Order: sequence, then C-alpha cells, then structure tokens
Amino acid sequence: MKVLVGVKRVIDYNVNIRVKADGTGVETENVRMSANPFDEIAMEEAVRMKEAGICSELLAVTVGDEGSQEVLRTALAMGADRAIRINVEVSPQPLNVAALLAAVAREEAVDLVLLGKQAIDDDANQTGQMTAALLGWPQGTFASELIVDDGRVRVAREIDGGQQTIELELPAVVTADLRLNEPRFVKLPAMMKAKKRPIEERTPEALGVDMRPRVERIKVTEPVPRKAGVLVADVDELLDKLRNEAGVI
Amino acid sequence: MTSTTLVLAETTGDNVAQSTLATLAAARELCDTLDVFVAGGQVAKAAAQLACMANVRRVLIAEAGHLGSCLAEDLAGLVAEHVRDYSHVLAPATTFGKNLLPRVAALVDIQMVSDVIGIWDSETFVHPIYAGNANETVRILEPHKLLTIRPTAFAKEAVDGGEARVEHIRVGEPRAQSREIELRLHGSDRPQLESATVVVSGGRAFGSAEKFRLLKALAADLNAAVGASRAAVDAGYAPNDCQVGQTGKVVAPELYIAVGISGAIQHLAGMTGSKVIVAINKDPDAPIFGVADYGLVGDLFEIIPELGEKIRLLRSEPVSELADA
Repeated sequence: MKVLVGVKRVIDYNVNIRVKADGTGVETENVRMSANPFDEIAMEEAVRMKEAGICSELLAVTVGDEGSQEVLRTALAMGADRAIRINVEVSPQPLNVAALLAAVAREEAVDLVLLGKQAIDDDANQTGQMTAALLGWPQGTFASELIVDDGRVRVAREIDGGQQTIELELPAVVTADLRLNEPRFVKLPAMMKAKKRPIEERTPEALGVDMRPRVERIKVTEPVPRKAGVLVADVDELLDKLRNEAGVI
Repeated sequence: MTSTTLVLAETTGDNVAQSTLATLAAARELCDTLDVFVAGGQVAKAAAQLACMANVRRVLIAEAGHLGSCLAEDLAGLVAEHVRDYSHVLAPATTFGKNLLPRVAALVDIQMVSDVIGIWDSETFVHPIYAGNANETVRILEPHKLLTIRPTAFAKEAVDGGEARVEHIRVGEPRAQSREIELRLHGSDRPQLESATVVVSGGRAFGSAEKFRLLKALAADLNAAVGASRAAVDAGYAPNDCQVGQTGKVVAPELYIAVGISGAIQHLAGMTGSKVIVAINKDPDAPIFGVADYGLVGDLFEIIPELGEKIRLLRSEPVSELADA
C-alpha cells in the first residue's frame, strides 16, 4: 500500500507569536520553525505502518518555498521513502493545498493520504476534508486510532462528547488527532543522512492547479489583552470575588 | 441575489444542539431570512424546535436511516446541491461542522473560513489564528460565503417567534464508502471540555495520577469539565483528550480554574479566551498569574479541598440566585 503524508512548515508551537506592528501578519523573521505537530503524528503513523509491512512506499509532500524543505528532511529522517516539495512562494489557502495534494495522490496512485487534522498556524482544519472531496474518497477526520485491514481502514474518531469508529473503503483520506501516537525523536545521524537525500520538485502549473487566492487578508491584530488581575489572600476572598464581582458561581 | 443564509444544524440526541443556537445567532447578524438544514435518522423533534425559532423561513429535512451517523460522505453531497441558493452557508465549528463544511466547500469549489468569532459585514469576518494568539480579518472573494461559527463567540439562547415551513428533501442512496461501526458517548453527567461553562485544569504540580483525582472531585463540586496541561498529560496524570492548549483543545468557558499550571505559552494559547480565569499556584512568579483575573498563591493540596468544601456549602444554601449556578 502506498501512503502519502502531508507535512507543513509552521512556527514552532513553543514560540510566542508576535503580531507585526503594521497588521500584515505575524513575525516570522528569526523565528524557530518546525513541522506542524499534527503532521508529525501523521508521519509517525505512516512510518509505523511501514515498519509493520502494511505500507510499501511512504511519500512525504510539502507545499511551500525552499525553506520548507527542512520539514521534508525531518520526514525522510523519520522514515519516508521519497519527498516531494510543491514549489509555492506565497502562503497557499487550504483549497489550493487540497487540489495540489489530490493531484499528487492521483499521479502517484496512492492508497491512503494521511494528514494532520489542522495546522497550528492558520488552524483551518480544512485540507484533509477538501482533499477527500476532490478525490471523491471517504474521510476519517480527527483519528485517534487507525487499523488497515483487507482494503479497508478502520478509524476511531475523536468527536465532541465521545468517540466514533468508522470503516472506510480504500483509497481514503485520514487526518490525525493528538492521541493517535507519540512521534519518535529524530536522531542526529538519521537527520545527517536525510540531508543528502534528493527532494523532488513539482509546480502547481505542472499539476494543473490554479493558485489564485479566494480569501483576502485585511489585517492581523492581537487579541484584546486580558486586564491585569489581582491576587487574593485566601479561598474565602476568592469565592467572594467569583460570586459577587465576576458573577460566575 | 437576495441575501439568505443556510444554517447546517447539529443535533444531540433528538434535540437541537447548543452549537446550533450560536450558529443561528451569527446567521441573524448576516440577514433576516434563514433556512436550516437538519439531517439524521430521526429529526422530527429537532426540526419542530427549529421551525419555531426566530427568522427561520424553511427547515430542510434530510431524514433516512443511513444519515443517522451524520457521515460527511453522505451529507456533503446533499448540502452541496443547495449552496448556490444561498448567500451564506453556516455550520457550527464543532467536530460535526468541521468534518462536514470543508467537504461541502471543496465540492462546490469554494474557499471557506473556519472558526468565525466576529462579523464585520456580509463578506468580512474575524477568526482566530495561532490558537487565538492573533485574530485575522478576512474578506471572502467567493460568490457564496461558507463559514464555521465558533459557538463560544455568539449567544446560545434559543430565540423563538418563527413559523417555518418544514420540507423533506430527497436523500438518495448511501454512498457506502464509509460506515459507522461504533459510537461511544461520554455520560451526560460530565460536561464536555469544549462546551463546559466551567473548566478546572491541573498541571504537573499534582505529582501523580492518584492526586489528580482531587481535581476531579473539585470538578464534580462545580459541575465542571476536567482539563490538563500538556505537562500533566505527558506525565500520565490525565488522558490526552483532556489536554488544553495549542496542540490540545481550545476552550473558552465562563470560568477557567488553572491549578498547579505554570502557564507555558502552549497552554495559554488554549484558554485565554475564557471569560474569568483563576490561577492557583505555589510559585508567585508563574506566568499563569499574568493572564489570571484572580490569583491565589499557595499549596494546591490545602486549597483544593477547602475550595471544594466551601463551594458545596454555598450550593447547599437556599439562596435563589444560586439555584441555577
């Protein structure tokens, strides 16, 4: 079975986000970047499928500029067989990304597309569902467990209020939630080896995908800062404040 | 095109979900005429509830056995057929709406916007990015605007006064690409983390899974959902689905009580949208105090039992204003 994993380069989850003074976006200069944590979980799951002999070829794909090659190096170090970067200069929107991933999935005749449930920069949570729609494939979003068996994949989904287990016909798209697994730590020698591996390049033009933006950013602002709080002396004062000042209990 | 909004209703059991009420509130900010789409195995009761809500003109019912598990493969095609009749299509930003609307959007070749918390005008919307560390205002350049609505950002009161027509739509055959095998819902005695009015969260300071139970007792006293920091989850004190933060769940309750949580950036990203934040921590320099409305410095193992006991006392007082607290 051939598996495609999508990996996005984002600002590291431990970085304190700063909104640019001119409101055009958030500061990305000299900021630590990493693979989107949910994509790492998707990658880990695919590597485990490879180790279990279920996945015969593991393809890591990213959409971005040259800098995003670094997340493909991480994917190769984790266990990807091949890495493809679709060259895009401007930050693409989910429907564009879905169209690119769908095009590669078709071209490469993959059986399973595994993505993170959302990227922690735009938090859109759209790409997996859109990719599935464009391919006409079933989708298993927010996966916390994934079992491939006999042309089908069984997915436990984290839904509001509980867990839903569904069974999908392959080919399918699955998006990873936090509980699916814990990604392995990539060791330095593996990373060094990955640096020498080739990275294939594609373009939206060659894949026949129109990249025009359909949503226009007006501005990015900081959320209204929380007003400075007070320290209370004891439990009685806390309860008094919560009851009579804040009115929440 | 006259402006009409279609709301994709979520149900819980037989009833209209709270998230749907918030989505209807957002829809009323956009236009005066609303249609509602409700799908499921048996939705007569929910449809009747929706039909008498304010501004609702029509309730479109998609009712069939195979729609009972609300699989996106079946629902997306049904919704997609109706998109071109509407200026806006709204769904709640819950796992229901997040699973469904992007699939609809791609079927009709439209870029949608997720998690809307503010409406400027008919094409300009505000939504949080970077787990709420920034807000982005966007203008949608598409002919139809597809949005998921963050339920905590809009009023959840049911507004009645509508007298809508109820119409059944043709549902077709199941797609058979996917099927539900099992559905396990948490007991209704425990509020869901993402929709709870009160959340109590614990950090590594608890020291063990056993001591973390203290927090669960406090949660029971407050009828609150239990959350945890990533550190507490990593240490095994709480399951991963309790995690509040950038890589966990983003919550915005009326009251958030952080106990023994230092306040790492990744945690703050998941809870600073809360209305009132209380921090209880031994370390007066913990960053959590920087975002808390009320801070209490001290030993959680003394404070939590005392807090629980005094809340139980408050609850047992026959004071009318506390009756529904």
